[in-house]
Amino acid sequence: MKVSLKWLNDYVDIRLGAEQIAEKLTMAGLEVTGIQTLGGTWERIEVGEVVAVNPHPNADRLRLATVELGAGQVTVVCGAPNIAPGQRVPFAGIGARLIDGRTGEAVSLKAAKIRGVVSEGMVCSEKELGISDNHEEILVLPPEAPVGAALSDYLGDVVLDLDVTPNRPDCLSVIGIAREIAALTGESLRLPEIHYEESAESIDSFASVEIAEPELCLRYCASLLTGIKVGSSPGWLQQRLSSCGMRPINNVVDVTNYVMLEYGQPLHAFDFHELRGGQMVVRRARQGETITTLDEVQRTLNTDILVIADKERAVAIAGIMGGSGSEVTAATDTILIESASFDQAAVRGGSNQLRVQTEASVRFDKGLNSDLPLPPLRRATQLLLELAGGKGARGIIDVYPGKSEPQFLSLTAREVERISGLQVSAAETIGTLRALGFECKESDSDSQIFVSVPYWRSDIKCSADLVEEVVRTMGYEKIPITRLSAQLPRQRAKLSPAQRRSDLRDSLRDMLTGFGFQEVLTYSLVSLEKLERLSPRRKLEAAPLSVANPMSREQEALRTSLRAGLLATVAHNRRSGTAGMRLFEIGKVFSSRGKDLPDEREMVCALLTGARSEMSWHGEGEVLDFFDAKGTVENMMNRFGSKAIFEAADDETFSAGRGASIVIEDERVGVVGEVHPSVAQAFELSGSVCLVEIDVEKLVTKITGAKQYRPILRFPGATRDMALVLDDHVSYRSVEDIIRSTLLVTQVILFDVYRGEQVPEGKKSFAVRIVYQSPSHTLTDEEVDRNQQQMLDRLRQELGATLRAST
Amino acid sequence: MLEQLKDIHRQAVEELDGVADAKALELWRVRYLGKKSSLTGALRSLAALPLEERRDVGARANEIKRDLESRLEEKERFLQQSLLTSPLASQGIDVTLPGRPIPTGRLHPITQTLNEICCVFRNMGFQTIEGPDVEWDYYNFEALNIPQHHPARDRFATLWIDAGAGAKARLLRTHTSPMQIRWMERERPPIRVIAPGRVYRYEATDATHESMFCNVEGLAVDRSITLADLKGTLFEFCRCLFGEERQVRFRCDYFPFVEPGVEVAISCAACDGAGCRVCGYSGWVETAGAGMVHPDVLRRVDIDPQTYSGFAFGVGVERISMLRHGIDDIRLFYSNDLRFLRQF
Ligand SMILES: [Zn+2]
Repeated sequence: MKVSLKWLNDYVDIRLGAEQIAEKLTMAGLEVTGIQTLGGTWERIEVGEVVAVNPHPNADRLRLATVELGAGQVTVVCGAPNIAPGQRVPFAGIGARLIDGRTGEAVSLKAAKIRGVVSEGMVCSEKELGISDNHEEILVLPPEAPVGAALSDYLGDVVLDLDVTPNRPDCLSVIGIAREIAALTGESLRLPEIHYEESAESIDSFASVEIAEPELCLRYCASLLTGIKVGSSPGWLQQRLSSCGMRPINNVVDVTNYVMLEYGQPLHAFDFHELRGGQMVVRRARQGETITTLDEVQRTLNTDILVIADKERAVAIAGIMGGSGSEVTAATDTILIESASFDQAAVRGGSNQLRVQTEASVRFDKGLNSDLPLPPLRRATQLLLELAGGKGARGIIDVYPGKSEPQFLSLTAREVERISGLQVSAAETIGTLRALGFECKESDSDSQIFVSVPYWRSDIKCSADLVEEVVRTMGYEKIPITRLSAQLPRQRAKLSPAQRRSDLRDSLRDMLTGFGFQEVLTYSLVSLEKLERLSPRRKLEAAPLSVANPMSREQEALRTSLRAGLLATVAHNRRSGTAGMRLFEIGKVFSSRGKDLPDEREMVCALLTGARSEMSWHGEGEVLDFFDAKGTVENMMNRFGSKAIFEAADDETFSAGRGASIVIEDERVGVVGEVHPSVAQAFELSGSVCLVEIDVEKLVTKITGAKQYRPILRFPGATRDMALVLDDHVSYRSVEDIIRSTLLVTQVILFDVYRGEQVPEGKKSFAVRIVYQSPSHTLTDEEVDRNQQQMLDRLRQELGATLRAST
Repeated sequence: MLEQLKDIHRQAVEELDGVADAKALELWRVRYLGKKSSLTGALRSLAALPLEERRDVGARANEIKRDLESRLEEKERFLQQSLLTSPLASQGIDVTLPGRPIPTGRLHPITQTLNEICCVFRNMGFQTIEGPDVEWDYYNFEALNIPQHHPARDRFATLWIDAGAGAKARLLRTHTSPMQIRWMERERPPIRVIAPGRVYRYEATDATHESMFCNVEGLAVDRSITLADLKGTLFEFCRCLFGEERQVRFRCDYFPFVEPGVEVAISCAACDGAGCRVCGYSGWVETAGAGMVHPDVLRRVDIDPQTYSGFAFGVGVERISMLRHGIDDIRLFYSNDLRFLRQF
């Protein structure tokens, strides 16, 4: 809402500067987002009257204009084609600050000799005054502009741009804002006085109104004027509309707009002769009924939409826009002015369905009280009689099925303090509320204050609302600053699953960043196509949950996996030249559960690709591979103190035979593997890309309680190295299982895996270091040899292992 | 025998002169003072000598041994000293050569900021709770005093799962405020929690708008909690995150589920309150929306608003991160460009 200070000044004395007013309004809840000053730099610019225009002796296009300034006459050179005697114009004297018409820069006006004639000043265009970009013509002021007055006094103004919150439709009006300013500055509010003469003929002899939908149209008021003359509005009216960002059209439309801005009540003027029969009905539109609205768009309606209709057809969409068939034109001489109260939800629904928002609809959809329509209707009628002539029919049509009950609330000063912490007296409370238009009565017996809510404040419904009114008007800056003193909630001895998950998430983040992984965060919404890329078959196993109204295909569905986001992130960064990457994300994935809320599971996904270390003089690292990924998982599990087993497993994202399940206590908690080349390619990636994915919800159940201390082995251990030859298909885990189950073995290190000349075809060699240690004594060679022999026997019998070498 | 010892001594002293590094010194030590050295051999063979000679030779041999040992010590000290004082000696390293690259992981700036925010509130006794991203219309709107057709719905451009209206419609939560209801449905005062999480909007993205961002909701309910406590809590929060020098402003604002409602802003750090592009020429940057929990909301979860009162607030994590780090485009956060992420 834009509002001019000059206009506000009609209703309240403004003694503070624009900045201070803006500050007060902002603090009290009406945020001022902009202040535009018109004419702040207009010095030595006056209103003049053109008394003569003569040809320039030396130039065809230029003329000599003589301007009367009250204190004397000046003749200047002028190039504008529209200058004519009798006009009131802005005249800039020498030294005035103007915008240069060609360069757009601020300049100081100097005396100049133009084609041999000295020009001591200038008649200004809108551009030179900084009002608009128009530089073709001079600005012609209204004929009532006082000659000799400073232009800034006559035309200058300050316009505030307010962001009105949806609870305050009353402040979508100049009077509403003036009322706020009055309460905030301790001034009093002046409302327009309305009186006009009515003719003998009653409005009822012309028109009637029937409300067929009393639930949707709470009140319909109308007045009627005959014999009016449609023309342009006077300058002051045009100026005020322009200052609020509205385009002047004609005196009738301008008055309805003016009064809407003044009171916040939308009005509509019909050309009465186009209302066939004058018997109006407010009804639901018929299915498929059409109307061409004022913007010349033909709209197809349905039964959800409320219309104003005459005997034959809809003539307006209630609360949204009038029809072009009954538009006021130059030929109009009789008008019906509507001031009605439509149901907020009906207007809102209609406006959403038709995808049209108007100055009227945005006001109705915030909920206007049904007590509002009458004063603005009478105000508009008065102004129209003044500005368009004619006669006002006697009386007013007022069909009022939805009369609103006045609100009564009660409040105490103690309640204000209980909620706000601000100490106030009953007198201050009452004084503040009265300034805002609330009627207050103090109880004789106790400290209760009975408050009657004025009709324009339909947002006030309970005592908390009144507390805000008192505190915001007195000023939030007066609220003291205190610390929470109430008792702390009881802490739980046992952490909830959510808290344990959150703790686990923190440790995962710590570990992964410690291992050199960069955290990324990707969108929860992805394209289906991107999720499909995760399988070489380009198929999804289950349909993800989709958004009904997505912004774009890119964000149409809730992710079922973090993989796509990470792969796309790698691709994005590859393009900008980053080679080796270790990335991870911890976040939710979603899976549909019918009509219920989806299952939201927290996952951690890590991705490794490219060089193991950055290029440096220490030599370039090799390429990150499966075992870097697996090592990451092993490290994490070690830190958690849980033992994970890796089992070969198929996963569509991975190359066949190059993926594994991560199993803890017989449950699969995640996967690790090498991304299938065709999947990588779909994300425009090449080379080895490895991925780890762990279900945080499952992992959290595997990590229990505090870790238990085990005594440190104090006796020296004995080390044995050996190289075993095995069939290629024998897994390392089966070898290690046997070694570890051997008595006194405390450590097993695989330090070489070898295939080649030294071992037969189809075989491989594992070189293993084994550490034996006893908790009770220093081991003798005999003890170690005995255990080692038992172990080798088992390896031979169960896995067919042979010993290649040992020490 | 004595002659022999004299030769050994002379030879050892001469050779020691030529020793230039620790390795050569060790070899020298083994040769002249080790178990197999001729000096040790001489001492070992003493037993075979007549008593008279044994005493003389023994005394001499021990004398030589002590002398060589002290020379060894001196040489060791000398070598160490020269190692420390002459950088260009062969043992020195060019310390200006770059170190071995260690892979560095960092947290996303949003995680970092979120951790800081949660830490400040945790220190004030707030527990962290979480809730679903996909919500019922009821929790996101209805229970927060935003029924169907409420004009405030315009301020929450919503991404819907179910196009059909009603409290049973699913949507992507537009704020973390549903957690107020979810928590108060199961807990009784005293309540003091924060709920961080992702929120979503049907919004075209630009430098200051995202379709997904991170919020932290706060809620405290008890007897005698006031707007002044809210002011104290949020002022403290702003002071911790932005420092003493920033001013904090508390102004009236409207959110349907709080009454009175508050907007919290800090003075713009980019222009020090004078007005610039960052703050929309107002000198202030909004950091939180807040207010006293609306009595209707309390009543809806069976908490008596006559006995209890509470405050709630919501802060945008991206906004705070942008202010703290001078980031001028919100889209940088979820584009995950490493050239951006590696700056934090
Ligand atoms: Zn600024």
